[in-house]
Amino acid sequence: MSTTLPTVPQSPETGTARVKRGMAEQLKGGVIMDVVTPEQAKIAEDAGAVAVMALERVPADIRKDGGVARMSDPDMIEGIIDAVSIPVMAKSRIGHFVEAQVLQSLGVDYIDESEVLTPADEVNHSDKWAFTTPFVCGATNLGEALRRIGEGAAMIRSKGEAGTGNVVEAVRHLRQIKNEIARLRGFDNNELYAAAKELRAPYEIVKEVAALGKLPVVLFSAGGVATPADAALMRQLGAEGVFVGSGIFKSGDPAKRAAAIVKATTFYDDPKVIAEASRNLGEAMVGINCDTLPEAERYANRGW
Amino acid sequence: MNTPVIGVLALQGDVREHLTALAAAGAEARTVRRPAELDGVEGLVIPGGESTTMSKLAALFGMLEPLRERVRAGMPVYGTCAGMIMLAEKILDPRSGQETVGGIDMIVRRNAFGRQNESFEAAVEVDGVEGGPVEGVFIRAPWVESVGAEVRVLAEYGGHVVAVRQGNALATSFHPELTGDHRLHRFFTDMVRSAR
Repeated sequence: MSTTLPTVPQSPETGTARVKRGMAEQLKGGVIMDVVTPEQAKIAEDAGAVAVMALERVPADIRKDGGVARMSDPDMIEGIIDAVSIPVMAKSRIGHFVEAQVLQSLGVDYIDESEVLTPADEVNHSDKWAFTTPFVCGATNLGEALRRIGEGAAMIRSKGEAGTGNVVEAVRHLRQIKNEIARLRGFDNNELYAAAKELRAPYEIVKEVAALGKLPVVLFSAGGVATPADAALMRQLGAEGVFVGSGIFKSGDPAKRAAAIVKATTFYDDPKVIAEASRNLGEAMVGINCDTLPEAERYANRGW
Repeated sequence: MNTPVIGVLALQGDVREHLTALAAAGAEARTVRRPAELDGVEGLVIPGGESTTMSKLAALFGMLEPLRERVRAGMPVYGTCAGMIMLAEKILDPRSGQETVGGIDMIVRRNAFGRQNESFEAAVEVDGVEGGPVEGVFIRAPWVESVGAEVRVLAEYGGHVVAVRQGNALATSFHPELTGDHRLHRFFTDMVRSAR
């Protein structure tokens, strides 16, 4: 599948690659927050979130509760859509294209085909070109990111290790993606074919990335951000914006922490602003040491 | 000396695309996040993004008043999508505490064309921009509900006003920065030159 953008149509056309990717461009420099109720959605909006992710349980609780995690109740998603004017995203299981169809019919602005939910297909991700609603997908490395873009993803995020409050995995994924892009930059045309094979990604997109020096879609960080300094770290490492999941509403003072993370994301290169934003935020979420996580409980291993 | 220095308000949104388009249009483009950085530019682009977020950050970091002063004093300014909302004197149904810079005597309706599933691209004729219609990319786009006597309507789409100009202030509902068509950025760069 080519990712060349089409020329402008004479009659209005919805769901084009440019409209889907362009939507994510508007979110850049911003914070997207996980919320489980309309009240939390309003707190996020008031704190300056650029979008909210509507879900039934934040990743920290999904971890605690165990069992199969699925798409959220449509009533709950609609309640959040009605509560705020900023964009609303929602999660489908990997490969569960019917959950994605339902989310599209509800009018969500972005679908996250997410490893935080229990995968529905062990081989295939959803065909995202088939949808008008754009998709964001997680990636741990460049090959994974480019395979998702090949399937139609209009935005990429690191996977991180959601629900741990530990940023180490997100740092690893972002550095990995950046380093692999830098390596592609040095390749000549002959080498790009082998690189595509090695990355197990479509050649056309590999070539595009080598020329651009970046992904052809927006790259955010996700997984484990709990403090303003975490958010600024991800930005300095090259993320164009930040998802914050459990880190806000599992903390002592969500409204204050949310506003502080927004500030630090905008002024990510100004330690004075980050210091100011970090003062007196109350208790951060407790967090989990990723080294002690059993393999089966690592969400980043889901998807391929 | 002849190259105009144009800033892009870089609190949030598609800043990089505007920097690229301005450079292609012959301007020296810089990011502006602080009042001191605003002093160094001759014109300013307010990009697309989330208008509620942008408005909050502008207030929080002391940018609203300096922006209002410069716009009142006649600094050329161009707003796309969220930027259009920031330039409106009045927003229909604003979120609580959502303040604008103002500069164009118009009432703007946010997300007027609908949610993301209704976002679209279409050809738009813009008065004063030669060479045929521009590529209009509308993303959860606003439209102009009504304008004052001083405002010139430059483009309509589907019966709604989507591009306006009042003096040195220009606004479009759509995002020319997401296309390779830099005619509107050249149009604005010329406005900055003429304002000298």
